[in-house]
Amino acid sequence: MSTTEEQPTGGAPNAPDWQIVQASDDFAQLRRRLRNFVFPMTALFLVWYLLYVLLADYAHGFMATKLIGNFNVGLLLGLLQFVSTFLITWLYVRYANRRLDPIADKIRDELEGGAR
Amino acid sequence: MNLAAGVEGGNPTLNIIIFAIFVLITLVIVFRASRSTKTASDFYAAGHSFTGAQNGVAISGDYLSAASFLGIAGLIATNGYDGFLYSIGFLVAWLVALLLVAELLRNTGRYTLGDVLTFRLQQRPVRAAAAVSALVVSFFYLLAQMAGAGSLVSLLLGVSSDFGQGLVIAVVGVLMITYVLVGGMRGTTWVQIVKAVLLLLGALVMTLWVLGKVGFNLSELLGNAATNSGKPGIAGPGLQYGKTGTSQLDFVSLGLALVLGTAGLPHVLMRFYTVPTAKEARKSVTWAIVVIGVFYLFTLVLGFGAAALVSPKALEAGGTNSAAPLLAQALGGPVLLGLISAVAFATILAVVAGLTITSSAAFSHDVYANVIKKGTVDDKKQEVKVARITACVIGVLAIAGGIVAKDQNIAFLVALAFAIAASANLPTVLYSLFWKRFNTSGALWSMYGGLFVTIVLIVFSPAVSGTAKSMFKTVDFHWFPLPNPGLVSIPAGFLLGWLGTMLSKERNDEKYAEMEVRALTGVGAEKAVVH
Repeated sequence: MSTTEEQPTGGAPNAPDWQIVQASDDFAQLRRRLRNFVFPMTALFLVWYLLYVLLADYAHGFMATKLIGNFNVGLLLGLLQFVSTFLITWLYVRYANRRLDPIADKIRDELEGGAR
Repeated sequence: MNLAAGVEGGNPTLNIIIFAIFVLITLVIVFRASRSTKTASDFYAAGHSFTGAQNGVAISGDYLSAASFLGIAGLIATNGYDGFLYSIGFLVAWLVALLLVAELLRNTGRYTLGDVLTFRLQQRPVRAAAAVSALVVSFFYLLAQMAGAGSLVSLLLGVSSDFGQGLVIAVVGVLMITYVLVGGMRGTTWVQIVKAVLLLLGALVMTLWVLGKVGFNLSELLGNAATNSGKPGIAGPGLQYGKTGTSQLDFVSLGLALVLGTAGLPHVLMRFYTVPTAKEARKSVTWAIVVIGVFYLFTLVLGFGAAALVSPKALEAGGTNSAAPLLAQALGGPVLLGLISAVAFATILAVVAGLTITSSAAFSHDVYANVIKKGTVDDKKQEVKVARITACVIGVLAIAGGIVAKDQNIAFLVALAFAIAASANLPTVLYSLFWKRFNTSGALWSMYGGLFVTIVLIVFSPAVSGTAKSMFKTVDFHWFPLPNPGLVSIPAGFLLGWLGTMLSKERNDEKYAEMEVRALTGVGAEKAVVH
């Protein structure tokens, strides 16, 4: 390659055939697991966030409804955005550690072990 | 708004002494860090050697700018609930970074956004585009910080003359250049960690203090805020946004840019390279989300606390940014005011240092090494030398720009930076990581197209001309109704990236296979440098 960005293993004589790896069952499973989690989750939190923004923007009366003392619906929904953000973070980290990392590590070990 | 009047009852000498102590401590840290900064990898990415937790705290330090500490607390103090909306957008945005960007980016690049994009696209045009976009975003962001630094520090030190304020901006600029030149990414990261810890501690103390005054009864705090500020609706939405149909639409536009902009900010993206692996990048974001989330919960209390405890007149006289310092003074007198002011000062210094190193990397690594020298720089020392020179140039430009812009409405500069990041960078990054068919033409269309659309819409928006709050108040050439362009420019960026891709026949399945495998598994990713 004609760049300073020499890839650590790219272009080496025994570089793996990436398309074969990409087509392997292990990799297909890894990709499926990743995408099946992150795409729906992204859609979910974006919709929930936009719903919140639209309510705060167009439903002032509803958001200002008092629940306990001066604590209103708007503050509750706002704090729930914090809760959902923390929850999604926790769910993703747990999922990635259990369901993604083991396959990724396996594929990486096979490739890096084989290249040496 | 008389920013220069100083906070009444504050003690400028005490404030200066506390500032000086902070500067001294950070300089020692930076000089210590400089001992192990030798290579390009050290300078740009701290040798990829920080842990996830350290980097997560540093990310928070980078992200919680003066705008989000003083700005959000102040907005809540004056506009109540509407100020709170900002912090939610700024926080939720991190999920985009966590789920879609951080780990894949860490696995496929080394120092800059350009590295990731050119993995399978043509080197020179794409790197040039990535650098242009990174420089523009960072510069607007930097300008906002510098202008804010001038007015804020002047307020806290009681500096009133134009010359004095200019001098303060220059001192901030020179300090930041020193941090970056001497300490590189390692020094800058440590400054950010120290600052984040100080900021969090300061906010925690004040939050507990405020809550203690009302017996940890949030409802009572809200009630006091409504009574003291004379704004009965302060706990609900509507004080700032939603008076007209246009301002409602503008708010949706702002919300979109906030949530999608973060994962496209170059100085945020670059932080993912300071850790050794994708797993550490994941930990970084997790830490950042926790720290930033907790911090924004503090600002909620601080904002309503300022509304409840500070006299509305003092708040009005000091401007929005003064709410947190004024609250500190109301709680703990001149000493707490001095401490909080020093924290605010530290905040600005750390953020501008992070922005400067990002800009200098974009220029030296992308433009100089790969576009001008066509990737034939054998000597990495030369590249680092160029990075250091660039940092000086950017520092000088930021000082000059900050002095010129100090009386301007700076909020729109930050909004502009977020809008460009969301419209130009985010589509390109996402397409590049997830779309097989994506190609050079698509990247150029989304980068330059997103950038162009955003800037044109801003220039012809009421933020620049035609209203009492505009940059140019006396002329009116605006035709785009919203001050925030995100609602139009973000979809435009995605659309242009798709269109540009479809218009070109280029396609490289082999390279995409390599990129995808590497991105998901971390094969051959840059390892940490051991010193």
